[in-house]
Amino acid sequence: MNPISFLTQMIRIAIPYLFAASGGVVAERAGIVSLTLEGFMLSGAFAAVLGTSYSGSPWIGVLSGVFGGLIFALIHAVATIRYRADQVVVGVAINLLAIGVTRFFLKLFFASSSNSPRVAGFGGNINAAGFDNPLLWLGIIVAPVMAFVIYKTPFGLRVRAVGEHPDAAESVGVSVTRVRYVAVAISGMLAALGGVYLALDQHQFTDQMTAGRGFIAISAVIFGRWDPLRAAAACLLFAAAETLQIQLQGAHAIPSQFIEMIPYALTIIALAGVVGRAVPPAALGKVED
Amino acid sequence: MECELSAPPLAKPAPSPARAPWREAAEEALIPPLVALLVALICGDLLILSYGQSPAAVYRMLLEGTWGNAYGFGQVLYKATTLAFTGLAVSFGLRAGLFNIGAESQLAAGGFAAALAGLVLPVGTPLIFALFVCMIAAGLAGGLVGSVPAYLKTRFGAHEVIVTIMLNFIVLALLNWFIAGHLHVPETLHTPEIHAGVLPRLADIDPRFHGSAANLALIVAVLVAFAVWFYLFRARGGYDLRAVGLQPQAAEYGGINVGRVWMRALTFSGVIAGIGGINYVLGYKHYYEDGFASGAGFLGIAVALVGRNHPLGVLLAAFFFATLSQGGLAIHAFVPKQMMDVLQGVVILAVAMAVPEVRRVLRGARGWKDA
Repeated sequence: MNPISFLTQMIRIAIPYLFAASGGVVAERAGIVSLTLEGFMLSGAFAAVLGTSYSGSPWIGVLSGVFGGLIFALIHAVATIRYRADQVVVGVAINLLAIGVTRFFLKLFFASSSNSPRVAGFGGNINAAGFDNPLLWLGIIVAPVMAFVIYKTPFGLRVRAVGEHPDAAESVGVSVTRVRYVAVAISGMLAALGGVYLALDQHQFTDQMTAGRGFIAISAVIFGRWDPLRAAAACLLFAAAETLQIQLQGAHAIPSQFIEMIPYALTIIALAGVVGRAVPPAALGKVED
Repeated sequence: MECELSAPPLAKPAPSPARAPWREAAEEALIPPLVALLVALICGDLLILSYGQSPAAVYRMLLEGTWGNAYGFGQVLYKATTLAFTGLAVSFGLRAGLFNIGAESQLAAGGFAAALAGLVLPVGTPLIFALFVCMIAAGLAGGLVGSVPAYLKTRFGAHEVIVTIMLNFIVLALLNWFIAGHLHVPETLHTPEIHAGVLPRLADIDPRFHGSAANLALIVAVLVAFAVWFYLFRARGGYDLRAVGLQPQAAEYGGINVGRVWMRALTFSGVIAGIGGINYVLGYKHYYEDGFASGAGFLGIAVALVGRNHPLGVLLAAFFFATLSQGGLAIHAFVPKQMMDVLQGVVILAVAMAVPEVRRVLRGARGWKDA
């Protein structure tokens, strides 16, 4: 096995996870459950293809993809923050809605029920010059930047305060509502970038193309114990397992289904606390009355 | 806490924990779904208009294609059957304050086990006996999947939402491995046809239903709904379960073993979803096919929510969502059926936002760090 090709393939697989997991970390640290990452990614992927297809420029595609994720994030934020709807239910609804809306628009704009036509991208043939894709670079630095934001900036301090002790934060003048809105908006845009990367990398949108990647990102957030860098490490680990599976495909060493299970099994183990318990932010998912 | 003797006021099940006058209770239960329906109709109008069609004409077509003829109605009943099972499963967990997002894989595991049982039984096994064996197999498989989050929650406090989501992927991958690697008919992703346990279809009883997949699993679903109602509202165990769902700490002080109730609630939630597998396997295709659940488990969450976690409401909500799904096919020539996928999401979102009461029911499920 060629280590360089292994590494490039692993990074390419990890990028959507890295974006989405960073988004998941910021929302969950602010106390909002991020079961919606899958839906944000999917809407971002579709909006990116739509934008690219109509403008011809992948840069416009990136912008419109981020905007697509933002719209779904705002629906999520209004439902959970303004209306205090149950965050798990809204998460399920947002994911179903994203599948439905992208399917409907796929039909409306591209007259297809399976995939869009081919659109432009950033180049980025992984074997030759995989790293000429700006989103790839962005994906690599997003986790360290998120770590800096969360641990070293006033906004990050507020996010952590709001996620751990919203009452205390409120009492010193932090607007819990505003911080949460911003955190969810950021999570929507970041997760959407993961979807944008995916769609532009494949030069098209296909129905349900995110295929559970948002849930792998949530796994990474939990397995990384809600820390940006650890979550990023988990993303790389999961991506490495997937790469291994792809590169071993001919060998039939381990059935691919068992490799697929790794992220999910590790998450359950982490939650059960076999090797050090994963403890979520204290106010995660709670609705104050 | 283990001592059941110290539970003085719980002996007689109360009819309703809210004790609201029936009218108030009815309003609280009915208004959110009606609001959601209205929102869905408006969204539906917009989607239909975006396609340049007339909403009135499309809705008429939808009704004609679903309730207006026996075939369409039979298809609605068939789809409603699976949704009734998953909806009952989710609502059973929610009554205990627990969120079972694993109905999808429990349904698949149940269908798989039912098919295995139907394959193992010899040809010519009496239907009643075969049905019984297949249902037990399906229920056991679903219950086995459901017992994992139940155990992890009770023993380690692992949150059932995440565990059931993760377990969906694991169980579906495992089933895929079984089917793709070991049990499939060549060139397909399904098992051979079962030897015993094939359920009669409605078309066998009334030929007008010819061609539709509706079958006697429908009766089983109604019976399960009745059993759930009886357990929740007429049995001691159900009273404990609802008490835990409303206020786990208070229930604990009242002498209820909360952990045991959680175990029971999630495991039986899995059992109910698992039995749902018979609708497809025994009633429709007569084999297990990879991916047959195709979202019915997740839609069960919507069904439970819109049905207000009451068995009768769940049956009605299952019928409603089945109508949406079948209605999509009926209008597909004019507006893409994908419109219904949008409306499903809209309905869930609208109900979730419209129901303060849902929050109360879910009180236990909300905290991520409970016990």
